[in-house]
Amino acid sequence: MSPRKSVIGNMFGRSPVKPLQEHMGVVLECARLIPGLFEALAEGDQEQVVEIKELIFERENAADQLKNELRNHLPKSLFMPIDRRDLLEVLQMQDSIADTAQDIAGLLEERPMELPEPLREPLLALANRCVDTCELAGRIIRELDELLEMGFAGREADKVESMVGELNILEDETDILGLELSRTLFRHEDEIKPVSVMMWYRLIEWVGDLADYAEKVGDRLRLLIAR
Amino acid sequence: MEIISEFGSVFLVLAIIFGLYMTWGIGANDVANAMGTSVGSGAITVMQAIVIAAIFEFCGAFIAGGHVTATIRKGIIDPGPIAEHPETLVFGMLASLLAAAVWLMVASRKGWPVSTTHSIVGAIVGFGIAGIGIDAVNWGKIGQIAASWVVSPVLGGLIAFLLMLSIRRLVLNTPNPIQSARRWGPAYVFLVGFIISLVTLFKGLKHLNIELSTAMSFLAATSIGVVLAMVGWVLILRVKEDVATDEGYHYATVERVFTPMMIFTACAMAFAHGSNDVANGIGPLAAVVSIVQSGGEVVQSSALPLWILVLGGTGIVVGLATMGYRVMRTIGTEITTLTPTRGYCATLAAASTVVLASRTGLPVSTTHIAVGAVIGVGLARGIGAIDLRVVGGIFVSWLVTLPVGGVLAALFYFMLKGIFA
Repeated sequence: MSPRKSVIGNMFGRSPVKPLQEHMGVVLECARLIPGLFEALAEGDQEQVVEIKELIFERENAADQLKNELRNHLPKSLFMPIDRRDLLEVLQMQDSIADTAQDIAGLLEERPMELPEPLREPLLALANRCVDTCELAGRIIRELDELLEMGFAGREADKVESMVGELNILEDETDILGLELSRTLFRHEDEIKPVSVMMWYRLIEWVGDLADYAEKVGDRLRLLIAR
Repeated sequence: MEIISEFGSVFLVLAIIFGLYMTWGIGANDVANAMGTSVGSGAITVMQAIVIAAIFEFCGAFIAGGHVTATIRKGIIDPGPIAEHPETLVFGMLASLLAAAVWLMVASRKGWPVSTTHSIVGAIVGFGIAGIGIDAVNWGKIGQIAASWVVSPVLGGLIAFLLMLSIRRLVLNTPNPIQSARRWGPAYVFLVGFIISLVTLFKGLKHLNIELSTAMSFLAATSIGVVLAMVGWVLILRVKEDVATDEGYHYATVERVFTPMMIFTACAMAFAHGSNDVANGIGPLAAVVSIVQSGGEVVQSSALPLWILVLGGTGIVVGLATMGYRVMRTIGTEITTLTPTRGYCATLAAASTVVLASRTGLPVSTTHIAVGAVIGVGLARGIGAIDLRVVGGIFVSWLVTLPVGGVLAALFYFMLKGIFA
């Protein structure tokens, strides 16, 4: 008798938790590069901008690969403690953070821009705050192991609930920072080229999107707990 | 009658060979499934699993393997109509063994999740219908056995589910899970020793001349549980808190407290498997032996000779040593998401259910019960992903195995009959 693949061994599918966390890790690497991008722009160092953009693109690519791999390993026959659809949505939201970072970096390379002096500080503040929001979403995703250990209930679930609450507050902050930044932009619109104004408006929106998607990661995770 | 006296020793040798082949196959393929939840949770190494399995499979077969053996040997077929032709039963039992073993070999090659128990029961029923007549089959008993095949995985799942909830309530969802784990750990070890020994010892072990009253069984089981709990307590004390890994995963130390406890459930599981599955190989063998030794007496009142239990236990251990270790090794790499707390719940639940079935003489499938227990843990939202296709595959092979085993057994029966009679 040849050793068959064991029944017990076969019934264990690959847990989606680790791959999801890995994906979020790579997504965070993308997001963390965004403030540096604007710093380089503020110093007028286009070479540095391109260098960072390359890094972001490379990481975004890695995130995409992880995303596809996770998706491919989620056959419908898997019985998981979390809803498959919710899980895929969390993944999608995580991926959107990386996509947004890519959009920002791409635009800054395609259309080299000057960062108007009055925008500098508030823009960096916004970018950093948005990265903070993403980091918090990342910490929430890292709690998935513990959530699984606790069966998505009890103290661990309460803890994640409160982290998601914090995340919402952080995201609100980035909204306010974004609004103020737009106002500053419009106050100085006569000093900036009209097309640049449009582009900056768009970039501000995109930076804010980083935090938006981070918040959605948390919100979807909350749904996933509540199943 | 003449056939028995003429070829008696030939039948005996054939029965021993087929019986050894079957138990060897059980050791080679089945044991790994029983030990899978222990090895998979990383609680014990493959080497430790093999040593534990070798010792406790044998103990299980020897100490508690008698009841199921009796069922396989004389519970399924009513030999009344063939009292005049004892050779019929000899051919039938030989054919059943061969059919089950051959089917298992084919299924193993193909990777189908076939149960040794279902194969042998299907084979004996098949022979009964073809060789004696449809009324010779004890359909009441078959109904009971078939029902147990549905009930036992569900029961295993339910116990695992409840164990999981209790660990969450008492250990994990507390202000200091590590402290709670140390406090309740010995109690969980006690549970392993208590349940397994109580079910095994309940009202004594006749073939070993151990007579125990109900009260004495409880007393003995409690003592065994307490002794194990103390050993467990010492082992748990030696688990050190690891602040560094707890940073990354807050329950790392808690899980490590459960690791030494898994040694006990692994022993229990091996014991349980031995107590139930050895019968698949030695039940028919015992039937042949009793007929040949009584010179053609089909009235099956003779006791089960101890050497047959020893032979069965040995066959399993040899199968494990020659082939089972390889399957065991692959299991270690296949199961990576099972933590010790889950492994503990699934293994203890499965072991308890199997031992209970063994005690009542019901031949159940250890593998199916283990699968049921794992699903129970999964229903408690405790496992990252369970592939339900495997569960579906089990159900299909369940339905296929019975008729295939039966038809094969009938074929072999007529072949043997043609050769000897």
